[in-house]
Formats: sequence, C-alpha cells, structure tokens
Amino acid sequence: MTTHISRQLASESRRKFLRTGSALVVTFSIGGIGEAAAQAAPPKTVAADQVDGFLAIDAKGNVTVYSGKVDLGTGVRTALTQIAAEELSVPLARVTVIQGDTLLTPDQGITFASLSIQVGGMQIRQAAATARDALLGQAATTLGVAKDTLTISKGTVTPKSGGKSVSYAQLVGGRDFQLKLDPKAPLKDPKDYTIVGQPIARLDIPDKVTGRFTYMHDFKVKGMIHARVIRPRAMKATLQAWNDFDCRKIPGYIGAIRKGNYLAVLGRSEWAAIKASKAVETTWSDWQGLPDKAALWEWLRKVKINKDEELQKIGNSAETMKTPHAKIVSASYNFAIHTHGSIGPSCAVAEYKDGKLTCWSASQQTHLLRKQIANMLGMPPGDVRCIYIDGSGCYGRNGHEDAAADAALLAKETGLPVRVQWMRQDEHGWDPKGPPTLYDYRAAIGDKGIVLAWESEVFAPDRPKDIAVTLLPAELAGLPREDPHPGNIHQSLAIPYTIPNIKATAHWLAETPFRPSWIRTPGRMQNTFANESFVDELAAAVGMDPLDFRLRNLNDPRGVELLQRLAKLANWPSRTGRVQAGDVVKGRGVSYVNYELVRTYVGVVADVEVDKKTGKVAVKKFYVAHDCGQIINPDGLKNQIEGNVVQTTSRTLLEELQFDRAKVTSVDWKTYPILKFPDVPDVAIDLIDRPAEKPWGAGEPTAAVVPSAIANAIFDATGARLRSVPFTPEKVLAALPKA
Amino acid sequence: MKLALNVNGKAASIVVDDPEMPLLYALRNDLGLHGPLFGCGLGQCGSCTVLVDGKAVRSCSVPVSSAVGRKVVTLEGLGTPAKPHPLQQAFIDEQAVQCGYCINGMIMQAAALLQTNSKPSEQQIRAALAENLCRCGTHLRIVRAVKRASEAMT
Repeated sequence: MTTHISRQLASESRRKFLRTGSALVVTFSIGGIGEAAAQAAPPKTVAADQVDGFLAIDAKGNVTVYSGKVDLGTGVRTALTQIAAEELSVPLARVTVIQGDTLLTPDQGITFASLSIQVGGMQIRQAAATARDALLGQAATTLGVAKDTLTISKGTVTPKSGGKSVSYAQLVGGRDFQLKLDPKAPLKDPKDYTIVGQPIARLDIPDKVTGRFTYMHDFKVKGMIHARVIRPRAMKATLQAWNDFDCRKIPGYIGAIRKGNYLAVLGRSEWAAIKASKAVETTWSDWQGLPDKAALWEWLRKVKINKDEELQKIGNSAETMKTPHAKIVSASYNFAIHTHGSIGPSCAVAEYKDGKLTCWSASQQTHLLRKQIANMLGMPPGDVRCIYIDGSGCYGRNGHEDAAADAALLAKETGLPVRVQWMRQDEHGWDPKGPPTLYDYRAAIGDKGIVLAWESEVFAPDRPKDIAVTLLPAELAGLPREDPHPGNIHQSLAIPYTIPNIKATAHWLAETPFRPSWIRTPGRMQNTFANESFVDELAAAVGMDPLDFRLRNLNDPRGVELLQRLAKLANWPSRTGRVQAGDVVKGRGVSYVNYELVRTYVGVVADVEVDKKTGKVAVKKFYVAHDCGQIINPDGLKNQIEGNVVQTTSRTLLEELQFDRAKVTSVDWKTYPILKFPDVPDVAIDLIDRPAEKPWGAGEPTAAVVPSAIANAIFDATGARLRSVPFTPEKVLAALPKA
Repeated sequence: MKLALNVNGKAASIVVDDPEMPLLYALRNDLGLHGPLFGCGLGQCGSCTVLVDGKAVRSCSVPVSSAVGRKVVTLEGLGTPAKPHPLQQAFIDEQAVQCGYCINGMIMQAAALLQTNSKPSEQQIRAALAENLCRCGTHLRIVRAVKRASEAMT
C-alpha cells in the first residue's frame, strides 16, 4: 500500500501508543456498549447452544441479554427486552440488551429477512425458558419443596402457598449458568403474559428526541482522526495519478492513503478531511462500462443466464397452456434499481492495536462483517472484533459495512483510530443496490373463467453459495473479497393460489450493473409486485372482483380470514368504477401475500387518485390486515407496518437509480427524490393477534404488497396497467387508454 | 481564530481555523452536541436543523461565523429526558420515532412552526415539514406528535 502520511503523523502515532497504553478510552456510555468496549472483556461464550451465550444474571438480579440481532431503528431491542423479561418473569427495567458484538453476542445471522423476532427472539426466549426452568429446579432444592409448587414474580421464586423465597440473584447472580440451551424447555403459557403483547413504549425514544442518544455518528475514540474516501470518477475507473499539494495547505490535514483504486484523505478534524477530499487532485481512466439506462431492460434480456431454477412446480403448465380454446393472458413486468437511501450516510470507527482490530459500525451483520474484514486484511477472524452501535436506518445491507471496512483498512494502515463518515454522494452513489429485475408471465384461462395454468419467470442476478455483499474498499483496493450476492431474492415468486398447474422459474443472470445487495423485502417485493399485478390482470380478464378472485383461488383458512377482515376494514368493494368525470379519477386496488408461503400474512387495499392530465398518482390511503402470529408489541408492530407502507409508496411512485455509462448520477435527494410529507398516505391497520401461535416477522412483509396494490388501484381508476416500477407520471400518461 | 457563540442559552467559545466551516461541525465536534446530525451537507434533508434566533436553519449549510451574535438552540436546548419540551413529550407519547435520525430535524422544524402558528392544521404541519425527509416512514406519527404538542402548548 502506498502511504503518504506526514512524518508528523507517524510520530504522533508512536506517541499515542506510548501515551494510551492498552486501555481503550471511549468518551461515551450507552446501554452497556461503553463498558463493554472499555473493559478488557472477560471470556464469555458466544455459543448459540448455550444459555450463557444469550443471558447473564448479575449479583443484583439484573439480566443482560446478548443479542446477535440488532435494532436498526425497528424497535426490536424493546421487543427482545419484552420477550426476555416475560419469559424470566422479571421487570422490564431489570433487562439490558447488548447487541451485535462479536466478542459478546452469539452469531444469530444477519439482521434481515424479518427474522429478528421470529428466529432471534425465539432463541432468546428458549434460552430464557431454559434458565427459568433450571432456576426453578435450583430453587426447589434450596427451599426444599417440589418444583411444581413454586411460582416466580419479579425475579424471585416463592412457593405458591407462600413462605420463604429465593431470588435469581441468590440462585445464580454473577455466575454462569453452564447450561445447554434446551429447545424443549417449557415455555410460559401466553395466557399468563403481562409484558409480551403489550404496547410497551420504546426504550430508545426519550434519548432520541432529546439529543442524548449515541448514534454511530456520535461515537468517538480518543485520538481519533477523520477520513474521507475519494471515489473513482467512474464505477470501475483506474486511478492513474493523484496529488495532494493543495491539501497540504489545509490546517489539520494529515495525509492520504492509496491502494490500487482506493484513495482516502486524513484530517485531524472532520472539516479538514472534508476540505482535503475536495482539494485532492486525481486522474482516472475513462471507463464507460455501464449499460445504457434507456435500454436497461433490453440489455438485461441479453445477459448470459448462468442457470435456471424451478422455484415452484405443480402439475404440468406447459401442456395445459395448449388446452384448446383456452384464453392465454401474458404480461411482462420490471422493477427499477433502488438505493437504500439512509438519511444518515454510513459511518464507522476502527482501531488497530497490538495486532487486533476493533471496529464500531451500524452493521446489521457484525459476525459476517468480522469474517469479511479479516479476509480483506489477511487477519485471523479471532483478531477482529466488530461492535454494533445504532445508526441511521439501513433497510438492508447499505453502506454501513463498507464504511466499517474503510475504517478498518485505514486504522490498520495508520495505527491510529480512524473515523470514516461517508458523504451524501457516497451513500447514494456507492451503497450496494437493489438489483433490477424483469418478469414474464403467462396464464391459461379455461371455460367459466377458471385459471388452468400459471407460469412466471424472473430474470435476476445469480446467487453465489455464500451470502455476502462484496466490501467496497476491498474491491477498490484489489484486496481479497467475497463474490457479490443479491440476497434471497428467489423468495415469494411461488404463489399461494390453488391454480392446478403452476411453474415459477428463476433465470439466474451472470451479470448485474451495480454491486447487488438486499434492500427491504428483497426479491419478495419485486416478485410479489409481479405476482399480484398478474393476479389482478387475470381477475380483470375473467371479469371478476379482484378480491373475490383471490378468495376463490385460496385454500388457506388463515389467508381467507385475513382477506375477509381486510374487506371489512376497507369497506370493500365500494369501488368507484372506471367511468369518472374530470381529470382526477379514483380507484382502489387489493393485494395479498403469505410471506415466502410459510409465514406472515398481509392483505392491503390502496386508495389512489390519478390525475389523467399530469399522470401524477396520489396514494391517499392504505388499509392493512396483518397476521404475524403472536404479537410481541402491537404499537411497535404498527410503527413497522406504517413505515413499510410509506417507504414502499415512495419506492413505487418515485424511486429509480439514475446513471450514465460511467457512474450513478442520482447522488442526492434532488436527483433521487423520496416521498415527502404532503404526499404520504394515511394508513388504517387491523392487527390479527394470535397469542398461542409462533411470532413471525413484520419488518418486511407489508412492503411486499404495496407496489401491486398501487398498480391495481391505478388500473381500477383508469384502466391503465402499470407494469414498470416506479410509476412516474410519464409512464402513467403513456399507459392511459387512448380516449 | 476564536469565535464566541451562544448555544442553548450559554456562552460558548470555540477556536476554529476556518470560519467557513459549517455550524454543524462546530456544534457536534467542538461543543459535543449530538442533537443535530449530518444527513446530506446540502440542506436537502433537515436532519441537522437548529434554531438560530428562533428560525429553523440547516446547520450543515451555514458557516459557523454566521452564528456569532445570534442565539443558537439545538435539540438538547429544548428539553431533557427528565424535563422534555412539549414537542419532545409528544414524540414520546406518539412513539413517533423509528431509527430517529431525522427526528432532530422534525422537532426543530416543528418548534419553528409552532412559534409562528400555534394551532396548525394537519395540512399545515405536512407543508411545514415538507422539506424534512424521513426514510423509515414515520411521517404519520410525526404529524400526530406535532399536532399533540400544539394542543398541549395552550
């Protein structure tokens, strides 16, 4: 690596080592992270099959939960606190959750795919149940009574008949459980719940609304310097020459680090680093390898297919399509490239000391990030510690991990703690993207309007064996890295309907224009948009009410109940019909998903207004019926559902990555606009709570049905079928039936 | 160079080598205030909003020197968790936060609104917050919180 750091910095680095010794000084304290970072942490198991992996009870009876799943702004920290407090029968205030620290928390997988409660929370619940059962047994011995005569309240075990009691603190306080997590440990009866199922106020909100919360962006390490990364002029341009002559005039400028096509400038202050990033001079090769955006879908159709995969196969659709007199309906859909659009650009801090690296970031995947950073830097994973700190919402794998890798690379190179803050154009221009997807559909309709066969095909980027988004600095610096993986975007192409012949096929493409990643409801949103638009097209083709059509083709009592509740909530049909006077016409559309066919059920009705003169679509209201099984926190759930509706309305109406042949050109909020307050739809929600069932995820499923509901509503209002997201005024005008 | 500021009712003196440095960096890095957050540096999103002489200002886009002789109020200056401002209390009551990164801007912009229009309609609130961006989709709760605060501030 070419390093251009002033001599001053080198000596400063040496002095720093002498001065600070081994103790890492952090200037903040929040929810245990500060302490965890500041102390030489005692050895603690992170094994996911051990109770001690997830839980600790200290001498005062306070409970610490170690969660590999992290909040990301969803409120799941509060929900996990509820789950643990409930199962252990301790007050909420006695539970603290430590999140996403590779030294302390088990690897519970990436915080994605709406699995934090469904999988992560249930591991924690089972660990708590195991602990509870063991504590009861221990209390029985201590008190000399039978286990089944005992009851627990506020962390104290007492015979139901009264008498001498013993507390958790007395039983285990400060010591390890040394217990294997028992997947069969008896769970508390939901009938006895007092905390789970309650709309407990989120624990982070008072600090967040008063400026006391510590975001990743606020985190500081003593002696920390600031870096800004200089982006290539084109996505894959080669850095041919650079100089920092003008940077050297900037007070506080330290130097630059260059490795391959990776270039970063360093400053003693944040402003010095920012000014240096503008002052540094670079010459890049002329790279023009991106497809022509105006012909993106034609380009995509020509990309080499690595392999085909059958995602659903029922009956024989190919033969059925040949049925004499069957009516064949076909349609193609596409879904634009989206950026995550976090309001706070990614930020991370890293420190390299004594051969070990510590990296703080808002990563949704600290365990995976550790492996990736270790791979990039050629370090043993055990020498890398990744710690989560809440950041700006990421909605998938945005730039957080890349910023973390930036900081890690620069910290290792300089020997100083480095803070990397991406600028707005970094986040919009260089976060990995939700890839473009394209669909072809066909159906055969027989006599009496019965759908005989359904075929769907998706063209989407291929998925390597291991799930990971390539680290950007590794790519730019030419360091070891993982193959790009777009996430589990095959999910939800399979349909929940009882059509006798179904074939759903994925064509996995060898190429996609931008580093692919998962962004909220990855694949499921795009696939459900196409599925539920085509269902609507079929309903129209047979002249049926679209909600009745879905009910007729649904053989799932839970789904049927949901749609009936939705119909009631939305007062369906009360449709306006197509013949409306004036330029602004109203319509309503319905959509339905049984997420990945195995979990959360969501049905929505969208009410829209379309201005036929301008092509502008206004989404006025969404009605949502939602069944995710057992509800942990109904208000937190509603917050998630509302967020899903609003964010996805934005994605559906407005969002589309802009690019030329060299680079992303939508690099701020003017060039990549999102929905603003005046255009936000109202949301009415009917939560179906099933306390006796398993809890399923809710961070994504509602988003899956939003684009199709809007498309179907536009059709209802105008007769125009929007098959390409986003539904811009130009596309609406082009699709309007010619009068 | 030394600049004398007045932030959250207190005199604060900072040393800067560039008076053109945006106010945001002085507040966050020199004064350790974490209410205002860096969102875009372009004045497009609002997450850095503070009040300068009572007016909502994008602190990422004004030089620190422009704040000399004026009264700067940040989210921290409105209230504390123990003694929240009615707007802060209303955001808690409505649970009007997801990731919360934009919330500083929402509250500061709303504070400016309520100074000129103490009883805004829902439509007026939406219009006043139109240039404050939220990505989580917390808008409906934010509007309800501002409405609730306006009612509490009679």
